[in-house]
Amino acid sequence: MSEVILQPRPAPNSIDETLALLTEADYVADRALATVLFLSLRMKRPLFLEGEAGVGKTEIAKVVASALGRKLIRLQCYEGLDLSSAVYEWNYAAQMIEIRMEEAAGVADRDLMERNVFSEKYLIRRPVLEALTGAEGAAPVFLIDELDRTDEAFEAFLLEILSDFQVTVPELGTIKAEEPPIVIITTNRTREIHDALKRRCLYHWVDYPDAARELEIVRRKVPNANARLSAEVVGFIQKLRDLELFKVPGVAETIDWASALTELDKVALDPGTVSDTIGVLLKYQDDIARIEQGEGRRILNEVKAELAAAE
Amino acid sequence: MESYRAKPVLVNTDGRLADNIVYFARALRKAGMRVGPAAVKDAIEAVLAAGIGSREDFYWTLHSVLVNRREDHAVFDEAFRLFWKSRELIEKMISMLSPVAPDHREREKPRAAESRVADAMFEGHRKERPQETREIEIDARLTFSGSEVLRGKDFAQMTAKELADARLAISAMRLPFDLVATRRFRTDPRGRRADPRAMMRSALRTGGDLVLPKFRSPREIHPPLVVLADISGSMSQYTRIFLHFLHALAEKRRRVHTFVFGTRLTNLTRQMRHRDPDEALAEASQAVKDWSGGTRIGDTLREFNRLWSRRVLGQGAVVLLITDGLERDDVAGLSEEMERLHKSCRRLIWLNPLLRFEGFEPRARGVRAMLPHVDEFRPVHNLNTLSDLCASLSDARSRDFDPRLWQGLGSRPAA
Repeated sequence: MSEVILQPRPAPNSIDETLALLTEADYVADRALATVLFLSLRMKRPLFLEGEAGVGKTEIAKVVASALGRKLIRLQCYEGLDLSSAVYEWNYAAQMIEIRMEEAAGVADRDLMERNVFSEKYLIRRPVLEALTGAEGAAPVFLIDELDRTDEAFEAFLLEILSDFQVTVPELGTIKAEEPPIVIITTNRTREIHDALKRRCLYHWVDYPDAARELEIVRRKVPNANARLSAEVVGFIQKLRDLELFKVPGVAETIDWASALTELDKVALDPGTVSDTIGVLLKYQDDIARIEQGEGRRILNEVKAELAAAE
Repeated sequence: MESYRAKPVLVNTDGRLADNIVYFARALRKAGMRVGPAAVKDAIEAVLAAGIGSREDFYWTLHSVLVNRREDHAVFDEAFRLFWKSRELIEKMISMLSPVAPDHREREKPRAAESRVADAMFEGHRKERPQETREIEIDARLTFSGSEVLRGKDFAQMTAKELADARLAISAMRLPFDLVATRRFRTDPRGRRADPRAMMRSALRTGGDLVLPKFRSPREIHPPLVVLADISGSMSQYTRIFLHFLHALAEKRRRVHTFVFGTRLTNLTRQMRHRDPDEALAEASQAVKDWSGGTRIGDTLREFNRLWSRRVLGQGAVVLLITDGLERDDVAGLSEEMERLHKSCRRLIWLNPLLRFEGFEPRARGVRAMLPHVDEFRPVHNLNTLSDLCASLSDARSRDFDPRLWQGLGSRPAA
């Protein structure tokens, strides 16, 4: 993998600048998100993003990293995530060899040996430690993704990291960040995160976008989609979200559907196409059955009527 | 945090901006949001960092600091609208933040606004409190209806002995399938996996002369427990015991989510966290609007599945469903919702107080619809004491509670 040369840019100076920065990077944000992002950068506080799956939470971190020219370090959380895969690990095999080599060389000094065996050379840096090594003015973006998947024990550990931005490796000493990373935490709310952690962060609920913003997103992400098709797709999905479905489609699904339909050379929605491609939008059998039983057709007619009225 | 390129007006923090934010936070607290002093300090810092350009920016700035649960958004929204109602107030604050702020306005105005908001919020509280209705003594056991009757409930206080017994019973309780292996490890001399980190450490103690094997094994924890308890009329005589059980359980274990349902679903998890059981029960009694009313199992399960299942059923949760299964509404929907519930948790245990009657047959349509979708169907022999409830849950021979034993019975024509 070739190393991309990053040119770090300083954080924006106002909410408007933040909004412009996001728009420039093709992320269509509302003012609320720009405000909270600006504050998080300015106050150097972690940003806590909560929301349903597929509303673009992870994307925010990626966009911030690329727009500010920072390295993106991602810690994907999962159940049972532990210190050795989140923070650091020693390279045991290499350490064993080192011990044998020193024995063969006849090193008798135990202190020297310990220093050699537990040297930075054998330290495997995992995301948390990596995130604490940013230089002044070029702090990386540290994305802690889907925090709700891990357990409370890890959350408590994270609390410590987020308040001091330092990690203690017993054999080496304390490693402290020159400049704290830009921390972005996302959760899908499959579990409540403890208040103590939330209190240290700036909270933002990422909601589904309104029709105008969603249309803009489709326009930017699927540039070759027909204008009429995009409007119909967005209208259909907006209406779908009002139904009490088990899992309503997110923005990611909107983009997928628009590009799928574009690939199929469609210029407008029709009941047959909707039913053929519904699997892109809905992932639960009950929901699909409900839409195929006629509600899909009803929504489609409504959308078409509304678009016709608007013209 | 000390180094934002702040405007020189920062010196002015002891002005009315800070006061107003403090009052606003107090109003939010009265409305039931948890806003601590640290959050207030952060809010002031955030407002100074952002600079107030417009009402919207000001709104989202405060929002980002003071709101940290989605449920609080509505409260914040309303409080903000009421508190910062007078457009003047924000305008005043904007001008205060600009360097030419004239600072000789009377201090009374924001106070007035504050009391208005407090009034408005207290009014809401008064309305919310359910009227203490005297309970009419109608024995509703074994009768069931789909009608929604809203009424309050007054529980007898828990005696000290009861409390001690409850704790004892809970600690003796062993739920089936109550341990899940995590991917974390603990040192264990009889473990089956090598522990390189420990080996390295101990090897260094001898300078590498002796590298002794160390072992570890996966750590086991209790999975989350989700309790769905029926509080409808036909179950009303057991409700007090359930709630005591749930309270004692929430005290003992960390991840317990409590829901009760009659005609609607109520999440009692937070209420049950109160240390004092009487207080917890009193709060629960206020939060629930449908004590001893009708039953709509299908609808409430559907609501649970749609709104809560993905939030509380993660990490191998065990679901404890306490109901008699006497459903009035559409039974077809019930079966589907049960199936979904069953498929989203690790183990679904149905505790049915009706099973204790000799010759119980699952003839009610609701019971028949639910039976195929549970892992265990357990009776509660005597629900008068908590220890019995715990004992019936601890019974390890889960073969005896296989729901299939009952399924055959129900299809038989009634004698």
